[in-house]
Amino acid sequence: MRTKLGYAAGLAVLAASTIGFAGPSGGSISGKVTYEGTPARQKPIDMSKEPGCAQQHPTPITTETVVVGPGNALQNVVVYISAGAPDESSPPAQPVSITQKGCQYLPHVVPMVVNQELKVVNADANSHNIHPLAKINHEWNKSQPPGTPPFSEKFDKPEFIPVKCNIHPWMHGEFAVLKNSHYAVSGGDGGFSLPNLPPGKYTITAWHESYGEQTQDVTISGNETKTISFVFKAKPY
Amino acid sequence: MRTNKLTKLLIVVTALLAAPVLASAQQMESHIGKVTGHSESGKQLFYRYCWGCHGFRGDGNGENWLPTGSYPYMPYLNIQPRNFVAGTFKCRSTPTGSLPTEQDLYDSLVRGLNNSNMPSWITLTAQNRADLIAFIKTFSARWKNDKPGDPINVPPEPKLTGESIKHGQELYQKLECWKCHGQEGFGDGPSASTLTDSNDQPIRPYNFAVGSRFKCGATNQDLYKIFMTGLDGTPMPSFADVIKPEDAWDLVHFLRTLQVTHKSAELTLWGSTKEGAAQIASRKVSGTPTGSGIKQ
Repeated sequence: MRTKLGYAAGLAVLAASTIGFAGPSGGSISGKVTYEGTPARQKPIDMSKEPGCAQQHPTPITTETVVVGPGNALQNVVVYISAGAPDESSPPAQPVSITQKGCQYLPHVVPMVVNQELKVVNADANSHNIHPLAKINHEWNKSQPPGTPPFSEKFDKPEFIPVKCNIHPWMHGEFAVLKNSHYAVSGGDGGFSLPNLPPGKYTITAWHESYGEQTQDVTISGNETKTISFVFKAKPY
Repeated sequence: MRTNKLTKLLIVVTALLAAPVLASAQQMESHIGKVTGHSESGKQLFYRYCWGCHGFRGDGNGENWLPTGSYPYMPYLNIQPRNFVAGTFKCRSTPTGSLPTEQDLYDSLVRGLNNSNMPSWITLTAQNRADLIAFIKTFSARWKNDKPGDPINVPPEPKLTGESIKHGQELYQKLECWKCHGQEGFGDGPSASTLTDSNDQPIRPYNFAVGSRFKCGATNQDLYKIFMTGLDGTPMPSFADVIKPEDAWDLVHFLRTLQVTHKSAELTLWGSTKEGAAQIASRKVSGTPTGSGIKQ
């Protein structure tokens, strides 16, 4: 339930900010992210050291460095406008959130805009420490015992930041700190959509935590909808 | 012809000598009490005393250190020297994610870092140390673009009581310090063997049972600061948002009782209670300060 609310909040942020920027009647870019080749097999996670978490997963969950769907769909790819759209003058008012539940980060990839509020929630009955391994932003590391209220943080420079919990070394997530709100994360079918784009020339970047990034230039005139696709080369290791 | 060769040689030598200058084109100052440090003086000292470990570029890749997995893997140092280019520091009086104060860096130089290969530089003059701090600041743009954080407030230490120690023990459980530091403070908790620092190098949690000094000092105030600020770049997080100041002192008092080889007021008081005496007697000291008795 919490997760669904989180997603809903994320969507609301996206909708609110894009409406503010272009009005509802812009063009849009949508498409699909796929892979070719053999992606690395994800390993089941042994949570026996944290029984409270292990119980929440009757079937052990696997690592999430590459998450795929039917039809070679590649999930968890951040698709965003890296050039052509103005930087957000002020960050969206709505916060984004990351929840630690069952010793897992939900969602696995959290996109946000520079200086946007990030809410960190611990829904587990055990402690976590949330430790973004930032290189461009400031690295910090905070303990969050069970029952403590969510805390807020923000990042003031664009960066893709791996996140880990040192107590539970299998926990791994990604923060994507972006310059504007025109972003999407590919879903289980690999699909993404960037709506409400005013006419213009854009550079679209697709970023994946294991496979790196790709870019494409797209020109939008009027209210047209352009369809593009990204294909990543999968590595079996 | 001969002059030509000499000129070439001179150019090469000059270029080599100039490289450190280029790396630190920015001049920096430090202010430690009444002493003002200058980076150009600090540079001479750095390339005499520090670069063997901290590296020519200050990135912690000096010849005395090799990362795990490199060939041949025979490091002289088992904790990587600080990378001054990253601008992330363990021993701070400032909140997690912020730069330390110049005084914090100066104190680290005076004290050395316990359980690492960083010695105390008490043999240098105060002016020398201030100069080194100024030079270290030239390695990272963070010192130009950011200000050090505001030091956290350490309230006066309340009177030591048995209840305080007992409550500290409850906090040690509740905050799950034992997950890494172990139930008895030996640094052998269930997560201890998997810990890595932010550079993916194995790192060990502090073993309270051996020794009296901590990584960032030896006093109760230092201990208070360590868990409230966290040791940035390591798995040790900040607890500033989750521990109230009065509770923090209780935790300090309890942590002292884990140092069974170090005579402290806390250990004496705890040992005089029935519960405490039983607990202390049951602890068999194991491992070394660097936790080398701990399997990893």
